[in-house]
Amino acid sequence: MRRTAFLPTPATGLATVLGALLLSSCSLVGNGDDDGSATDRGGAEPGTAGSGGTVVLVTHDSFTLPKKLINQFEADTGYDLELRSNGDAGSLTSQFVLNADNPLGDVAFGVDNTFGGRALEGGVFTAYDGELPPGVADFVLPGDDEGALVPVDNGDVCVNVDLDWFEREGLAPPEDLDDLLDPAYEDLFVTSGATTSSPGFAFLLATIAEFGSDWQAYWEDLLANGAKVVRGWEDAYFVDFTAGGGDGDRPIVLSYDSSPAFTTDGEGGTTTGALLQTCFEQVEYVGALAGAENPEGAQAVIAWMLSEEVQAALPESMYVFPVREGVELPEDWARFAPRPEEPLAVDPADIEANRDTWLREWQDLVSR
Amino acid sequence: MTTTRRLLGLGALGLLPAAVLGVFFLLPVSGMVARGLVVDGSFEPGAVLEVLARPRTGRVVWFTVWSSAVATLVAVLLGLPAAYSLHRLEWTGRRVVRACLLVPFVLPTVVVGVAFRQLIGESGPLGPLGLDGTAWAILAGLVFFNVSVVIRVVGSAWESLDSRPGEAAAALGASPAQVFRTVTWPALRPAVVSAASVVFLFCATGFGVVLVLGGLAFSTVETEIYLLTTDLLDLQAAAALSLVQLVAVTGLLVLAGRLRAVPDPTVRRTTAPPRRPRRGDLAPLSATALLLLAIATPVVSLVVGSFREALPGGGSTWSLENYRALTGQGDNQALLVPVTDALLASIRVAVDATWMALLLGGLLAVLLTRRSRSRTERRVRSVLDGLFMLPLGVSAVTLGFGFLITLDEPPLDLRDSPLLIPLAQALVALPLVVRTLVPVLAGVDDRLRQAAASLGAGPVRALLTVDLPVVWRPLLASGGFAFAVSLGEFGATSFLARPDEPTLPVVIFRLIGHPGRLNYGMALAACVVLAATTALVMLAVERLRVPSLGAL
Repeated sequence: MRRTAFLPTPATGLATVLGALLLSSCSLVGNGDDDGSATDRGGAEPGTAGSGGTVVLVTHDSFTLPKKLINQFEADTGYDLELRSNGDAGSLTSQFVLNADNPLGDVAFGVDNTFGGRALEGGVFTAYDGELPPGVADFVLPGDDEGALVPVDNGDVCVNVDLDWFEREGLAPPEDLDDLLDPAYEDLFVTSGATTSSPGFAFLLATIAEFGSDWQAYWEDLLANGAKVVRGWEDAYFVDFTAGGGDGDRPIVLSYDSSPAFTTDGEGGTTTGALLQTCFEQVEYVGALAGAENPEGAQAVIAWMLSEEVQAALPESMYVFPVREGVELPEDWARFAPRPEEPLAVDPADIEANRDTWLREWQDLVSR
Repeated sequence: MTTTRRLLGLGALGLLPAAVLGVFFLLPVSGMVARGLVVDGSFEPGAVLEVLARPRTGRVVWFTVWSSAVATLVAVLLGLPAAYSLHRLEWTGRRVVRACLLVPFVLPTVVVGVAFRQLIGESGPLGPLGLDGTAWAILAGLVFFNVSVVIRVVGSAWESLDSRPGEAAAALGASPAQVFRTVTWPALRPAVVSAASVVFLFCATGFGVVLVLGGLAFSTVETEIYLLTTDLLDLQAAAALSLVQLVAVTGLLVLAGRLRAVPDPTVRRTTAPPRRPRRGDLAPLSATALLLLAIATPVVSLVVGSFREALPGGGSTWSLENYRALTGQGDNQALLVPVTDALLASIRVAVDATWMALLLGGLLAVLLTRRSRSRTERRVRSVLDGLFMLPLGVSAVTLGFGFLITLDEPPLDLRDSPLLIPLAQALVALPLVVRTLVPVLAGVDDRLRQAAASLGAGPVRALLTVDLPVVWRPLLASGGFAFAVSLGEFGATSFLARPDEPTLPVVIFRLIGHPGRLNYGMALAACVVLAATTALVMLAVERLRVPSLGAL
């Protein structure tokens, strides 16, 4: 009887595989700490801040902080901190607006000053009732009168140059946005797209801040002078930039004011520099979500994000500068990443009103 | 009485997949589209029509359609000889090659895009070709990522094809071309059409490839929806484009259904093992070699890059430093989770996604291939068939946002369910599973099942004796696919993941998004780890087999 001889084989084979899959997955799906949290939500009684329960922090996908700090927060306050990430700053803000009546969590980090206007308009956040540590108030979003968005970190998007390359070529590096139109720098600049990357959009805003309604003429000249527009920061920096580790051939790139701290030459110097007159300031905010289930927990998270420990961890965790005064920077940052004194800025309400038009006009310019 | 029981049984089979599709696809997408159509409580389709009339919309749709169509055609033309060489011929190393072919599928587009551009960019070795930022680069990228779909779907159908009718035709004097045209092609057509429709949908919704390789000169429907939804919050325009996608995909599926239908889907199964290559196989073998070379080039440049350590002050040297750094916290603490942890998290999610996709896909495939006894039944089947392909053709952004706005209230408050990520990935993998299994199951002669039933076998036992041995290898193949889809998935994962338990693609994305001496090298090294894991898992999966396949 061949049939009975072979019948069990596929059956047991399938059973074994399915069984193994189910078993290994059980360890995931039933994986401890996430499950209980749903039932604990909102466990904190009103007026007894710090008495426990879960607080949900929604962030963008580049959020990281050392586990040690998170454990410390949980030990100090009695809350369980649950992190949830939801795309980049743009999609994060859009989601908050769409979900305003039923927020994704209790507190949100990652809305920046280019999207802050949209969040305020959408009534997404409620005010922070704690004290702002020294220095923080300087970064409050213009137009945010009730203090709904609490600044956490900042950084500047600036044009960077490969100093070694310019020295080798015997050419003086450019200094400001107008210099980029100089034929001497033809085909040397690469930037990331305003529609496809957040630094790219910041750079577009920088040119709008500098040239006002003439920004389109500036971009036409910039493109005529051989500026290259690529998708993302990583394309520009790692592929096209001469000092990005790849074999690029463009010594001028759009990056951050902190970038020179990562190109140290091991001999007490750095091989790149940021052009401080081309910088656009980006500030990231934390805010308590309106309608949160655990409002006290949300306030506690905001206070924690402003604490000296978290502020000091920001540069190495998220590549940004702290907003709190007197926080010590990593050594390379302090030495090689000078900050612009007066970065370029555009009013958040203007950004919100014109984002659509600007991006469309910009897109038409570059895809012409 | 028996008819009712039969229909009830079939209905029960379809219940789970239909519920999953309803909750995790139809509900979110319709919720998101409705947000665009309904303005301040009243139904206003006018704005949507206005968007459709924009010249820009026309350009975007046209580019999407032609680039996907050309890429699909090229992928099929290149994939067929490779499917033949890899699944019908026996030669040393073909298993390894087959496992490696899935690698492009899991590699994060962002990193491959950067690796691609280092080759074709102005200063790269292929720079003189002037491909950077052109439509050709986009096409090459789309083919690179999708040709493995053709090879795997067509190959697993080809593998079990009986070679005797072809041999008989040849003995009667048919040339190899005639044999292919009159014997092999008709038997293979359902699988080829299946593969092509999946590839087309992947291309049409391909997001990263277009942006990375085409620069900003090109927009597709997908990149446009992303911009409209996340940056501009222009939900009306986004809804308009989502509707265009839905209509186009439905049209495509109807067309594919027509092309797939053959008068007699029954296929004789072979017992003969793959044979050694002969002189006549030189053409497909060399075509395969060329394809492999083309696929290997960007991968090799990626591997080479992963062994180059960037030195302080510029330049680079050969070293293992990038890999060593992966087990720690990274340069400047870029990684707060060692890559080893992220890999484990990825594998756990992938295992879940795989069993979900196989379970749902298996149920569906069985349901879809049982013989219809009435016209209505056949209609219902073909509608169901198409319905489960839709998730591939609809924007991930629309789906992701839809999740968040529709699954937010009890009893469906699933936004923070740990099941959401594997389920989202399983939905992407599901069409691949169904499209691999259906042609094979449809090829089983229903009389075999009837014979089993008349000998006293219940439905389950008939399934195990008749269908399972035939479907075993395709099942493994599609399981491997689902696993690979999940391992490489980034879009939905970055949307829904918990940042303290990132998956490997999320970590890679984080590494490559920031300056840092070792970050780029580490991102490449992590990609190599991801690729190697995929290849190893695929090799292991291929070894699982039913020894008694020969019984049919």
